Amino acid sequence: MRDVAVIGVGLTKFGELWDRSFRQLIAEAGSKAILDAGIEGKDIDALYIGSMSSGRFVDQEHVGALVAEVSGFSHLHIPATRVEGACASGGLAVREGFLSIASGMNDIVIVGGIEKMNDVGGTAATETLATAADQEWEAFFGATFPGIYAMIATRHMHEYGTTREDLAHVAVKNHANGALNPYAQYQSPISLESVLRATMVAYPLGLMDCSPVSDGAASIVLCAADKAKKYTDKLVRIAASGQASDTLALHGRRDICTLDATVHASRMAYKQAKVTPKDIDFAEVHDCFTIAEICAIEDLGIVEKGQGGKAVQQGITTLNGSFPVNTSGGLKAKGHPVGATGVAQVVEATLQLRGDAGKRQVPDAKRGMAHNVGGSGATCVVHILEAM
Amino acid sequence: MKEGVARFWREIPQRYNFLGNVCSSCDRVFFPPREACPFCRRKSMGKMKEQYLSGHGEVISYTVIHVGPEDFEEQVPYPVAIIQLDEGPRITGQIVDCDPDDVKIGMKVESTFRKIQQDGCSGAIYYGYKFLKSHNSNK
Ligand SMILES: [Zn+2]
Repeated sequence: MRDVAVIGVGLTKFGELWDRSFRQLIAEAGSKAILDAGIEGKDIDALYIGSMSSGRFVDQEHVGALVAEVSGFSHLHIPATRVEGACASGGLAVREGFLSIASGMNDIVIVGGIEKMNDVGGTAATETLATAADQEWEAFFGATFPGIYAMIATRHMHEYGTTREDLAHVAVKNHANGALNPYAQYQSPISLESVLRATMVAYPLGLMDCSPVSDGAASIVLCAADKAKKYTDKLVRIAASGQASDTLALHGRRDICTLDATVHASRMAYKQAKVTPKDIDFAEVHDCFTIAEICAIEDLGIVEKGQGGKAVQQGITTLNGSFPVNTSGGLKAKGHPVGATGVAQVVEATLQLRGDAGKRQVPDAKRGMAHNVGGSGATCVVHILEAM
Repeated sequence: MKEGVARFWREIPQRYNFLGNVCSSCDRVFFPPREACPFCRRKSMGKMKEQYLSGHGEVISYTVIHVGPEDFEEQVPYPVAIIQLDEGPRITGQIVDCDPDDVKIGMKVESTFRKIQQDGCSGAIYYGYKFLKSHNSNK
C-alpha cells in the first residue's frame, strides 16, 4: 500500500441554503479544494462522491457523472463514482478515494460529499433519513430515526446511570465550538437549560439533542504521498482507514448501546496506524444525536464503556480539555448534510493538523481521527490523519 | 413514497401470525425467519423449520415518540420498544393500552393484533403486532 496525503480541502457554508442548488454547492466545494491543492482538472485521475439520497432529496440520481459535469470535467471523461452508506456516505467516499491511490491505481483523486435536504419539507426529510433504518422491521412499526437513537439512550441510562444532563452537555459543548466555526449552521452558544427544556422529539431526546436538517457540500483532494510535496508543504497523511458493518435494525445487535461497527472500524484503524487512542490528539465523531457522541467516545476507546456521560460532564472533550471532540461544532452545530458530513470531518481534521483551524485550533495537534456512522450503527468508517 | 402491495402480501405470515423459524442444528430461533442460520451456515441449509412464536417477551429498551411520521401523527405520543421474545429473538414494536410513562425496561409484555398505520393518500390500512403489558405482570 502507498501512503496517501490530503493536499486540498473545500467547504461550503452549512445551513438552510434556500438560494443555492445541489449543483452550485458541490461545484463550490470542489473548486475550493482544487484551488487549495494547486492542481488542475487534468491532474485528476478519478472522482468519488458521497450522497445518501439525492433521489429523494432533489429527485436526481446518477450524481457521480453529474458532479464531474458541474465541476467542469466532462471533457476529461474521468471515472466518477457515487458512494452510498446512508449518513456514512461521505466517509465511505473518502475511503474509496484513499484505497484507489493506496492500491497504485490512481495518483490524484478528488472526493466530494453533498446533501441538499431543505428542498423537501421537514416531514419528507425525516422520512428519508428513516430509510437508513430497517424499513420492514423498525420504521413500519412507527419507530422514527430519533426514536431508534432514543432507545440507545434509554438503555445507556439504565445500564450506566447516564442522565439527560450528560446528553445536554454534548449539545452545549458542540454549540460552543460551532460558534468558532464560520462554516457552521449554528454559530451561537446555547445553555444547558435550553437543551433540557426543548420540545421532546423521542424520549429521552429533545429537539436540541438532534442534529439539524442541512444543506452543504465538502471536498478534499487526495494524492500519493510521494508526489504530494510538489503541491504543498503542510502535508497531512491518511495513516489509516477502517470500515465495519452490523445489522440495519438496532434490535439485531449484540448490545443495544454499543456500536460494534465503531468498535471494529476503529480497532482496524488503530492497528493500521500502529497507534492507540492515547496517541490521538482530537477527534471528529458522528454526533447525529447527543447520545451518539457519548457512545462514540466509548466505542472508539477514548473513555471506558459507560463513562462517556461522565467524561462529557467533566469537560474532557471540550476545546481546552484533554481530548477535544468535534472542534468543528460536530453534526449538532456545524450541521449535518448527510452525504457531506464524512468528508467535512476529514476537512476539519486536515485544518487542525495544518494549524489552520483559527479560533478553534487545538494547540500542537499532530494526529486526529474522523468517525462517520451510517444509520444507527450498521455502517462505520474511521480515518486517522497525521501531520507529516 | 408508499411501498408496493406485494411486499405486504409477502410479510403477512410474519406480521399476522408471528411465524419465525428455528435452526435444527443449534436450536436458535429467528424472527423474521432466515434462509440459513448465521451461526451454522452451510450445516443449516434446508434444515430451518417454521415455528410460531408465543408473542410473550420483555422490554429491553424503549422510547416515547412525540414527533411521528405522517402516517402515525394521530397516535403521538406513543411508546416504541425493543422486545426480547421468550424464544430469543429481539424485535421492535409499539406498546399500547398503557400510559407511556408506565413503560419500563424489564416490563413483561405480550403481543396483540392491531392496525399499525393507515396510508393517508390511498386509505390502505396495514395490520400487524403490537404489545400489551402482560396481565400477570406486577412490574
Ligand atoms: Zn444454527
